[in-house]
Amino acid sequence: MTFQPPVPPGTSSPVPALSLLGLAKRFGDKIAVDGISLDVPAGSFYGVVGPNGAGKTTTLSMATGLLRPDFGTALVHGVDVWQHPLEAKKLMGILPDGVRLFDRLSGEQLVTYAGLLRGMDREMVASRVAELLAALDLGSDAGTLVVDYSAGMTKKIALASALIHAPRLLVLDEPFESVDPISAANIRDILDRYVASGGTVIVSSHVMDLVQRMCDHVAVVAGGRVLAAGTVEEVRAGASLEDRFVQLVGGRNHTEGLEWLRTF
Amino acid sequence: MVAHLLRLKLTLLRNSVRRSPWQLVGLGIGTLYALGIVGVCVAGLFVLRGQEVELAQTVVVLGGATALLGWAIIPVAVSAADMTLDPARFTTFAVPMPQLLAGLALGGLIGIPGLATSLVALATVGTWSRSLPAAAGALVGAVLGVLSCVVLSKVVTTATAGLASSRRFKDISAVAFLIPLVLTGPIVAGIARGIAGSGDFLVGLARMLSWTPAGAAFALGGELAAGNYAAAAVKFLIAVATLAGLALAWKVLLQRALVTPPYAGTSKRRTGGAGLFRLLPATPAAAVAARSLYYWLRDPRYAGALVVVPLLPVLFLFQGSQSGFYGPFQFVGPLTAFLLAWSISTDVSYDSTAFALHVATGVRGADDRLGRALACMSFALPVVLIFSVGPFFFTGDWDKLPAVLGLSLGVLFTGLGLASVISARYTVSVPLPGDSPFKKPPGNVAQTLAVQFGGMAVLMVLVAPEVALVAAQFITGSPVPGWVTLVLGPVLGLALFAAGVRAGGAWLDRRGPELLAQLAVNR
Repeated sequence: MTFQPPVPPGTSSPVPALSLLGLAKRFGDKIAVDGISLDVPAGSFYGVVGPNGAGKTTTLSMATGLLRPDFGTALVHGVDVWQHPLEAKKLMGILPDGVRLFDRLSGEQLVTYAGLLRGMDREMVASRVAELLAALDLGSDAGTLVVDYSAGMTKKIALASALIHAPRLLVLDEPFESVDPISAANIRDILDRYVASGGTVIVSSHVMDLVQRMCDHVAVVAGGRVLAAGTVEEVRAGASLEDRFVQLVGGRNHTEGLEWLRTF
Repeated sequence: MVAHLLRLKLTLLRNSVRRSPWQLVGLGIGTLYALGIVGVCVAGLFVLRGQEVELAQTVVVLGGATALLGWAIIPVAVSAADMTLDPARFTTFAVPMPQLLAGLALGGLIGIPGLATSLVALATVGTWSRSLPAAAGALVGAVLGVLSCVVLSKVVTTATAGLASSRRFKDISAVAFLIPLVLTGPIVAGIARGIAGSGDFLVGLARMLSWTPAGAAFALGGELAAGNYAAAAVKFLIAVATLAGLALAWKVLLQRALVTPPYAGTSKRRTGGAGLFRLLPATPAAAVAARSLYYWLRDPRYAGALVVVPLLPVLFLFQGSQSGFYGPFQFVGPLTAFLLAWSISTDVSYDSTAFALHVATGVRGADDRLGRALACMSFALPVVLIFSVGPFFFTGDWDKLPAVLGLSLGVLFTGLGLASVISARYTVSVPLPGDSPFKKPPGNVAQTLAVQFGGMAVLMVLVAPEVALVAAQFITGSPVPGWVTLVLGPVLGLALFAAGVRAGGAWLDRRGPELLAQLAVNR
């Protein structure tokens, strides 16, 4: 099965919100990311989907300045993340997956800390923290230490820390993991309004339905490469995103067997 | 099934070693340490073979009772219970209860503490190899005693599992445990004096304990050696009943625990508002300082250091009152300065991957360094000043105050500067956030030692001028070098502090992502 390379750079908008060119990373013998190139148009809601171990988190870490790539460049609104990290990081809000938080702070303190680290002034931080906590249903737990939060609440407080400085690009790694349906709907509302007003969101996820409903663009990543990228309509080509994903990635086994499982 | 559980435990142990060769090094160091202790105990027990029965019996019974106490208390106190075979993980497998209990109990023997206890207990057979019945009795007693230790430890950890899984209890017990640990010297000295005063106290205590569950098992060999067959029979029954009772208690507790998982504790409102973040100026450096201060108070890995510091003068004062010589007591100030300043050399390692927030927000390296150092200095400076001046009220040797004060401030500022550089570049293996400060940290032990000792050597070089001047005053008796130190210490120290913050900050700006990658290895 052959596929055309992803959307050629610079089609939709003069300066993409995020432009990855030949990003690659190797951990020991394992090549985690094998030359990923991707353009995320400004104002898009972009989904990155892929099986476990596809290199999604590694790619997003390299795109956001958390992990230095072995090869390749990442540009955020035209600013090179690895040449001018401070300028690029001002434009980005990041929700990394699988990192700890400063969890001996209360929720309110953690978000305040994230704002102050970015050099924002006190009054602006205070008012935004209050609004964010209310919007994410964390108002009543603002004074609880993050270490005592549930997994979903922890995800939400990390999201609040990523939003506090009103970035132009949001990079969210697995933002809906363990988040309850009500909060997930609230988060989606927030993100939809953010995109409608010109912001750009990149989310990685396993949940195809969610990505199909929520995103307007999608990239399918597996084995450290981009298998397909473009608008959701282009990528799914008439089928559901889930079927298309399985078709692209492969790995479904249709073997018979497990007969005994039906014998009780 | 029992063999299956034991094999599982061995496989888990092997795989943990296979994860990284340094794990093996850590295990090796632990084994050597345990071998040293076991060797001394075993040798001692064999020497006791030639001693009179009463002495040998006293030592063996008291030793056995202490082991039992240790197995009961230590896992809970340091929240370091060996949970590789957590019974909760077997709930879905429908393992029959008796076999599960036997497997878990024998599995508890696999590991350094279990093997060490077993070896020492078996050495009592050597002590009592005076006659066949005595040796056989000692063997039975050792088996019963060691099993009682393991099962008692399981009973206690199962019973307190709910308590121990609450974060508040973990935090407090880990810190509280430090106090007796630091004061071991004075406590042991006090007990020793008490015992020496009351003569046959230990013999009487051992005799009494040997009739209780705490000492019955280990008393078997001695009673048989002395020919007290009736007493031995009663004590055998006591020991068997003890083990059976403990096993029953464990079974009941386990049955209850398996269907009622521990409640993870209530989350209460702790703080109102932004707290220190509101009090300190709204700059990145001040925010880092506020965050660090909260960690000094709320994280037991930091708070442990704060508990030890007030005990230092107590230790030195005790030592001085024992010997009548207060020389070392005068230097409690510089020592405290060193300990507190050095404690931030592992700051970024303590952050673990939470450090990602600093990388993601692009905070300037110098702000990060300055905030952490100022947080430490905010309480270290007054403490060091008090500890530097305080001892002279006891010694009255006020001539030396300027020298000691200068040295203290020099060490504090220089140490903070150096620690700022070191923690910006090197990670060391420390307990992970939320773990007990006593838990064996994952990761590279060799690098930790190299960084720590290398750093201390550099610090010695950097404070050499102050040290030389203080030495000059103590040797010549002239007050001039002391006054020079009082000026030189803070001036040189602050210069090195500024240089350290700047150099560490530059390093962090350049290598932040690499540092984060090093931290991610040990998460």
